[in-house]
Amino acid sequence: MSADKILGQPEAAVPFAEPAIELKGISKAFGPVQANKDISIRVMPGTIHGIIGENGAGKSTLMSILYGFYKADKGEIFISGKKTDIPDSQAAIAAGIGMVFQHFKLVENFTVLENIILGAEDGWKLKPSLAKARRSLVELAEDYGLNVDPDALIQDIGVGMQQRVEILKALYRQADILILDEPTGVLTPAEADQLFLILGRLRSEGKTIILITHKLREIMETTDTVSVMRRGEMTATVKTSETSPAELAELMVGRKVLLRVDKEPSAPGDVILDVKGLRVIDDKGVERLRGIDLQVRAGEILGIAGVAGNGQSELLEVLGGYEDGTGEVTVNGQNLDLTGKYSDGKSRRARGIAHVPEDRQREGLIMDFHAWENTAFGYHDDPGYRSGVLMNNNAIREDTTEKMARFDVRPPDPKLEAKNFSGGNQQKIVLAREIERNPDLLLIGQPTRGVDIGAIEFIHQQIVALRDQGKAILLVSVELEEILALSDRIAVMFDGRVMGERTPADTNEKELGLLMAGITDTDVPHSVAEIEANLAHVTGDASKEV
Amino acid sequence: MDYMTLIQLLDSTVRLATPLLLACLAGLFSERAGIFDIGLEGKMLAAAFFSAAVASLSGSVWIGLAAGIGASMALSIVHGVASITFRGNQLISGVAINFLAAGITVLIAQSWFRQGGRTPSLMGGGRFEAITLPGAEAIADVPIIGPLYSELISGHSILVYMAFAAVPLTWWLLYRTRFGLRLRAVGENPAAVDTAGVSVVGLRYAAVAICGVLCGIAGAYLSTALQAGFVKDMSAGRGFIALAALIFAKWRPWYALYSTLLFGLFGALETRPDVIESLIGIKMQGQLLGALPYIMTVIILAGFGGKAIPPRAGGEPYVKER
Repeated sequence: MSADKILGQPEAAVPFAEPAIELKGISKAFGPVQANKDISIRVMPGTIHGIIGENGAGKSTLMSILYGFYKADKGEIFISGKKTDIPDSQAAIAAGIGMVFQHFKLVENFTVLENIILGAEDGWKLKPSLAKARRSLVELAEDYGLNVDPDALIQDIGVGMQQRVEILKALYRQADILILDEPTGVLTPAEADQLFLILGRLRSEGKTIILITHKLREIMETTDTVSVMRRGEMTATVKTSETSPAELAELMVGRKVLLRVDKEPSAPGDVILDVKGLRVIDDKGVERLRGIDLQVRAGEILGIAGVAGNGQSELLEVLGGYEDGTGEVTVNGQNLDLTGKYSDGKSRRARGIAHVPEDRQREGLIMDFHAWENTAFGYHDDPGYRSGVLMNNNAIREDTTEKMARFDVRPPDPKLEAKNFSGGNQQKIVLAREIERNPDLLLIGQPTRGVDIGAIEFIHQQIVALRDQGKAILLVSVELEEILALSDRIAVMFDGRVMGERTPADTNEKELGLLMAGITDTDVPHSVAEIEANLAHVTGDASKEV
Repeated sequence: MDYMTLIQLLDSTVRLATPLLLACLAGLFSERAGIFDIGLEGKMLAAAFFSAAVASLSGSVWIGLAAGIGASMALSIVHGVASITFRGNQLISGVAINFLAAGITVLIAQSWFRQGGRTPSLMGGGRFEAITLPGAEAIADVPIIGPLYSELISGHSILVYMAFAAVPLTWWLLYRTRFGLRLRAVGENPAAVDTAGVSVVGLRYAAVAICGVLCGIAGAYLSTALQAGFVKDMSAGRGFIALAALIFAKWRPWYALYSTLLFGLFGALETRPDVIESLIGIKMQGQLLGALPYIMTVIILAGFGGKAIPPRAGGEPYVKER
């Protein structure tokens, strides 16, 4: 039992301890892009240290250097006061560093046990290794509350469990330093709470944890210290107790950011979208929508909350015209074809429906095409875009330039290929294309996934502005905060059904979290195990879609 | 059909299944590691030529076998460099190997032996002889068991026994050893292997090398055991049939044995139209029977052999993500 296992104030308890990790002057460039500039950081043992920053701020590069994926151009790494070279992952593991990646590195058709010993076997025969891992799994489960079924196949367990396996992998390799990259992206609120409980327990056992996230709330609730990164530089390292979300956001973006969405109460008008008994059966014969009923009125945002893979994508796809369904859907009181010739994107646009798809890189844009070409997609028949039978490319380019200016797309160059814009700017291009056509109904999926905080603010403002013009908006997002901030009404989906509708004023994340796990009696207490069991059977294959 | 006919039919099934089995296991190692290999055919052909040529020149079949394995390994390494090191397209690399082998074997054969692209007929120590297992002659006259042992089980060349022994060995290697665990993992999710601190490149080269050895033995078997010398294009699509058998076998060693035996049986039936006639009462064209394995291949590849899930990372070069 070492001194730093004492609970409570870890830094005070070991005042003269060496930092678990110390980076000195780390720099790394990819060609002309300086991903990390002279970064220095000290993380004390037995603490949780947050690293926060926008996409492309250099967080992942820094952690990749620490895990041996990249070699730093300059700088030194000290582990527990000892200068350490980390040329590859093997060296990182040997130095006691474990990494839980955002996208899990698990072999889907292996058992939990096989995944845990992979690369850490004790000899060339598997049997003794498996037996040893099985024993030590029991101990780890007792020590940290990390229970998993060692013989379950990865593909059969939910994402929360899979993440647990990743943590166990690191612990089995005797990691003292655990790096978690955006760990809550795929978790429900209840699963995230459970994760933070485990992290707290790991800290009290003396482990050092680095938490990379873009969620300010997680930083505030769980970390001891936090470093902020912006454009490859470390802009500040502060004690979490001495900072605020607003200050962190400002440090991240470099200017003041409105974290709340400013909006007036909605004034709903006529029903624009009316969905009754909508069903979708996918090509594997699985029923993904099992009778959806919902309405969206003019001048209102209906938010669809749910864990990814519970039918939200299919809902958008069938309304957007590229998935067949059955049921009754009307837009402005007129029937909408759900199969056949008139159930396609073109017919939908003709009916005043615009669609910002969930996966902008696959469904919203062609990444190798120029911005101006992407702006014309779906609207290429517009007489303004044509001259005779040919396309009037100059007209499209001019129009794109204007749209880019109005939507603050940076850089404002219509001849740049879509892949060369950041996530937020790509999303603005899609939004500009769809919103500027003045639709009656906007379908919008994951509007701010992979988008920077500054751009999130802008996109949210555009969505609210569209609502205020009296348009109907159907919003699908896995980010509960976003749903709560934007929606006038919230419908929660689970396993292809709507579990309930709420208004943001009379609900909270906890209640929505239970609904997302298919539990409707939200006023009685429920255990995490129950929630997980409920989720496991649907999220088994959902994890692959994320 | 009497008992002796059945034994003879099965005997020839075993002979014809052997090169398929070896090539199928070769493909299994490679594809389980995530490297698709349609160059099995070319490697077999190159090995068939070089083992026959060297056996003919040296007079020793064992030196011939080593030369065949060497030739097949060389092509394997070409495939490895193209698809692992340079992350090229695995199908194109495989096609190139097939063309290269088809052309170069005949070319060198003509240059060395001047017999129209053949090697001289192998005699004596230049061929793998049938091995008579102990006691085979003694019990040959015992009913049922006698012919089964002395005709079907005994009397094959050493390579046949090696091929059949390779099945449990492969199974054991894949499912009971560290190497097998890592090999299977690298074909499913190389990122998992990489982040665990194990070399993806090293594992894949090892798999490709094993594939080369097995293809080499398969090729040598064709020209130094099944037949006595090399002739142009003697692999006759066996590499592709082995690939179909591999899919039919769902990339598993024991299933590979069964599926290649099935293909071997079709091959054996081709030589015995009288058996078919006595079984179904219709005289079938020899050509039609000869086409059976190929028709079977098409049917299997069209997905009638049940759903086969290939290794998830198969065919994809591994690029470390940021």
